[in-house]
Amino acid sequence: MAIGVKVVERPIEQTSYLRAAIKGMGLTLKHMFQEKVTVQYPEEKWSLSPRWRGTHRMLTTEDGKAKCVACGLCPTVCPANCIKLVPGEDEQGNRYPLVFEIDEFRCIFCGYCQEVCPEEAIHVGRHYENSEYSREGFVYDLERLMAQTHPVCEMWDPADPKGE
Amino acid sequence: MTAAFAALQAAARQPTVVQHGPFSAPPQSLGVFLVATIIKMLIVFTVYMVGVALLTLAERKVSAWMQDRLGPNRVGKGWLQPAADGLKNIMKEETYPDAAYTPVFVLAPAMAFIPALVTWAVIPFGAPWDSPWGTIELALAPLPIGFLFILALASLGIYGIVLAGWSSNNKYSLLGGLRSSAQMVSYEIAMGMATIPVLLLAGNVSLNQIVEQQARVAPLSWNVATCTIAWMIFLISAFAETNRLPFDLPEAESELIAGYHSEYSAMKFSLFFIAEYANLVTTSALMATLFFGGWDIPFTAWDNVAPHTGLKTILTLLFFLAKILFFVFFYMWIRWTLPRFRYDQLMALGWKILLPLALTYIVVMASAVLGLQIAGFGPASWQFNGGLFALNVVLVAIVLWVLDRGRIVSPAYSRLDPRHLARLRAVTAARTQAAARAEART
Repeated sequence: MAIGVKVVERPIEQTSYLRAAIKGMGLTLKHMFQEKVTVQYPEEKWSLSPRWRGTHRMLTTEDGKAKCVACGLCPTVCPANCIKLVPGEDEQGNRYPLVFEIDEFRCIFCGYCQEVCPEEAIHVGRHYENSEYSREGFVYDLERLMAQTHPVCEMWDPADPKGE
Repeated sequence: MTAAFAALQAAARQPTVVQHGPFSAPPQSLGVFLVATIIKMLIVFTVYMVGVALLTLAERKVSAWMQDRLGPNRVGKGWLQPAADGLKNIMKEETYPDAAYTPVFVLAPAMAFIPALVTWAVIPFGAPWDSPWGTIELALAPLPIGFLFILALASLGIYGIVLAGWSSNNKYSLLGGLRSSAQMVSYEIAMGMATIPVLLLAGNVSLNQIVEQQARVAPLSWNVATCTIAWMIFLISAFAETNRLPFDLPEAESELIAGYHSEYSAMKFSLFFIAEYANLVTTSALMATLFFGGWDIPFTAWDNVAPHTGLKTILTLLFFLAKILFFVFFYMWIRWTLPRFRYDQLMALGWKILLPLALTYIVVMASAVLGLQIAGFGPASWQFNGGLFALNVVLVAIVLWVLDRGRIVSPAYSRLDPRHLARLRAVTAARTQAAARAEART
């Protein structure tokens, strides 16, 4: 029951149904002929920002070894605690990771690992197609990280460090 | 005075439109008639069903374009999307709710669909063709009572929806069914009343005669020019009849899940979908026939006179198709533009505006026709049609000016009268007092 419903007296321009309807129809008709925004996904892909932070990549040296020296900075800085690192040392005293695993489900893609890495070894990548058949598939081991080939994040544009 | 009366009588005696033009061809042999009818049935049915299927695609495409999207373009560049949908719907599981009344539940989708299809029997979709075997009319069954047949069938269309809503035994379905029955009954009246001026001008209910009458000085004699308000009322009612936005209350998704077809799945659901588009095509065809000259090609009288060659038949057929497609597009355009009406707004528009308007318009048109005939203009003259057109321009201006003052769709239509408010308050006060007294006694 509409007791006490306040009816605001508005000018005809605002209450006219016909005018509003015709205006709306003009708008929809105009949009029919406008450029479409659809990206035809599998064929056409969205161009990612150079600062896009996606799944990780471990860079390698010329002789195909991981650049990582197992300094332990990245597991320390990681806010999501998703990096598992077990360091090892060879006869020459060079440190290398025995185990290096990143749980991509836990990762929040903050990019701190890349930022903190003194060897520029671990990087977040410009990549977003990450489907897997099992949850275990999302724990990337060192081999997987080294095998990835997608471009890596630039973190910031050196010419424009504040992203302005 | 007596002179005027004599003129009136003369006008009344004047034969209005009973001229037998191209439509009273000599009767052909029974065999030719049967063969021609069967071929026409097959063609119409096939084209109609394929067209309806393609309309589902057209709707999706139009909606996509209006929203700056591309729409379906994967299955056969999009053209096979209806086939894929159909296949999917046939393969899906048919569900029967435990509480549903199964016989009616199964019957309802067919009942929604059949009337829309059967209406096509009487619609003339092209100029007759003087074939080597005799004249063939391009209508499945050119009934002399064509329009009455359509009115009768249009009201049958409600049953499918109401029975679907009722037999589902689901509150939302039932509400959808109730709404649709109320809506269709209300708008049926306005729709029927709106077409009376058309019948007045044609002097007949045969759709062939209506088309013939409109072809006289086309497009000035098209009923959209001579009965513009009737066309507007018909258009609005047609939206309500086909349950499409802005009057899609029976299936208002935001209120009733899916309305009357909430419980339906697979092909039965699909049949409701087909029924909606079938109704869309049928009402578009009706609108083209009744108001836009049917298959008549405007600005030329070439198509209406003998000899009726095959070329004329095909051209008029194409013109009729173009008119239908335009209206179909118009329906979709409206659907993707306007939001849904509130229920009381819908009822108020139907009963308080369209019906009185239609009734008044009958009186106005009848007087105008009579006046023009007394003035000595025959219904086939351009003065007659021009006069009616001028009258309609004025009437449309007045109607839009008067009605579109926030009255067509008001923000709060049903405000209470102050007296009713006082009475209601008194009733509430008495009830509260009685309750208080009863409590005091205990």
